[in-house]
Amino acid sequence: MSIVIVALIFAFLLKEGLSIFWRVPISDFLFARNWYPISDPPQFGILPLIIGSILVTAGAGIISIPIGIASALFIAEIAPRKTKEVLKAGIELLAAIPSVVIGFIGMVTLGPFIKEIFNLSTGLTALSGSITLAFMAMPTIVSIAEDAITAVPRQYREAAIAMGATKWQTTWRIVAYAARPGMVAAVMLGIGRVIGETMAVMMVTGNAALIPHSILQPVRTLTATIAAEMGETVQGGEHYAALFAIGIVLFIITFLINGIADIYLHKAKK
Amino acid sequence: MNVQLEQKIAFSILFLCTLLVVVPVLIILVIIFVKGASALSLNFLFEMPTSGMTAGGIFPAILGTLYLVLGAILFAVPLGVLSAIYLVEYSRDNALSRIVKLAIVNLAGVPSVVYGLFGLGIFVLFLGFGASILSGSLTLGIMILPVIITSSREALESVPQSFRIVSLSLGASKWQTIRHSVLPHALPGILTGTILGLGRAAGETAPILFTVAAFYLPKLPQSVFDQTMALPYHLYVISTQVPGIPENVRYGTALVLLMLVLILNLAAIILRYQFRKRKKW
Repeated sequence: MSIVIVALIFAFLLKEGLSIFWRVPISDFLFARNWYPISDPPQFGILPLIIGSILVTAGAGIISIPIGIASALFIAEIAPRKTKEVLKAGIELLAAIPSVVIGFIGMVTLGPFIKEIFNLSTGLTALSGSITLAFMAMPTIVSIAEDAITAVPRQYREAAIAMGATKWQTTWRIVAYAARPGMVAAVMLGIGRVIGETMAVMMVTGNAALIPHSILQPVRTLTATIAAEMGETVQGGEHYAALFAIGIVLFIITFLINGIADIYLHKAKK
Repeated sequence: MNVQLEQKIAFSILFLCTLLVVVPVLIILVIIFVKGASALSLNFLFEMPTSGMTAGGIFPAILGTLYLVLGAILFAVPLGVLSAIYLVEYSRDNALSRIVKLAIVNLAGVPSVVYGLFGLGIFVLFLGFGASILSGSLTLGIMILPVIITSSREALESVPQSFRIVSLSLGASKWQTIRHSVLPHALPGILTGTILGLGRAAGETAPILFTVAAFYLPKLPQSVFDQTMALPYHLYVISTQVPGIPENVRYGTALVLLMLVLILNLAAIILRYQFRKRKKW
């Protein structure tokens, strides 16, 4: 059944989306610099959207990966039992907050804040998007990395301590090293979540489908474009097909990321 | 450098990082509770929106979300539990089951907006359900399927093998064994997964954007083929699409949505805790 659904999803995306490639060659679709779907003639180049997604994702990664891994190490190795339970509950809570609520909060608190410090005309920028998304990636990264760290055999720690290493040396050089595959998987899954995230990103990045020159400009991501424009398209039209084609691109990207994460998870289990 | 000092510094940094993750969560919750509480009242919960959604209540959105979540569960739970039973009890560890597991992992990673596209393609257009509660529920159902399959699988796998062997040795058929000796013990775990799925379905916006959600409807939906308003979409609409919505209405809507989702998650956590305490093997 699950295979059927995966196949069906892909089949329907292809069915609705492929027709755009009759009119726009794939290379133009992926690498042309202009996304003007409703001008005449329309231009369907998703490069600005891809760059938007990459920029926001990279920003979120830079923020969330070190902090996430550090928190995972703290929770798994250092925190006393009670603190650990509280922290884990807090992180589960973060995972449970709906993305539209996080987007809303990002919009009303982070947006004005960023506008203020950098003296911008709008606070809804790639940077705000990155910070918001970093928080959405955090629960995934922390919980999976924490699992990987906890799974490191006890003897490793005991052996290191017995050799006279401090607790920190053990944690950093032995435990973290042994948990690497699981950490890679955690990071990949976190990034997968960020790339696929739609509502929060649509609300905080400012939604301008232009190639940005800095992280303090509004951008628009692949996901946000689909969500924002699908309502205005004619069913079966070119624009409609182009949005489904973006869906295909997203599907393939997440498929690859999850595939890689899965490989590392299997490595971690061994 | 002194190793002890190094350790102190390192631990402090790790601790600060952890605070960086957890403290904002508290801040978010506090902001929403403080600013949203003033909007909460029985009228807000149980009345129709009035004067262009700037006043009145959010009842249609709450009701719509309940309908959608219910529909998603009706579809996803039987299917998910049966898949899990097949995977754990019947399938062998071969190429096919490996592919199935990979497919489930990938389903879990598909972006929610892509589920929305899929729902639009298959339910709304291909099967002709139109933008309706039915299409939205099915789309959400497919989205939470991996959550339900994964947690049901874990629940089934945690039932000790000896339970099955004893039952089979007493002459019970394979299905009787599963039905009477395995499922009852896996039920709390399955329930936990279901509630987590519920919470996820209640909070998602992107999959319902094109399959069911209505900007504003003057009356409540009458059948499964009607469109409906829904809480997450309503919050999106009033915070980005419509200017001039009073702040406390927006925070109030966020608060209601947040409470709904958090209560579901809390229920799942409590259930899991109780289950762990009761477990005797």
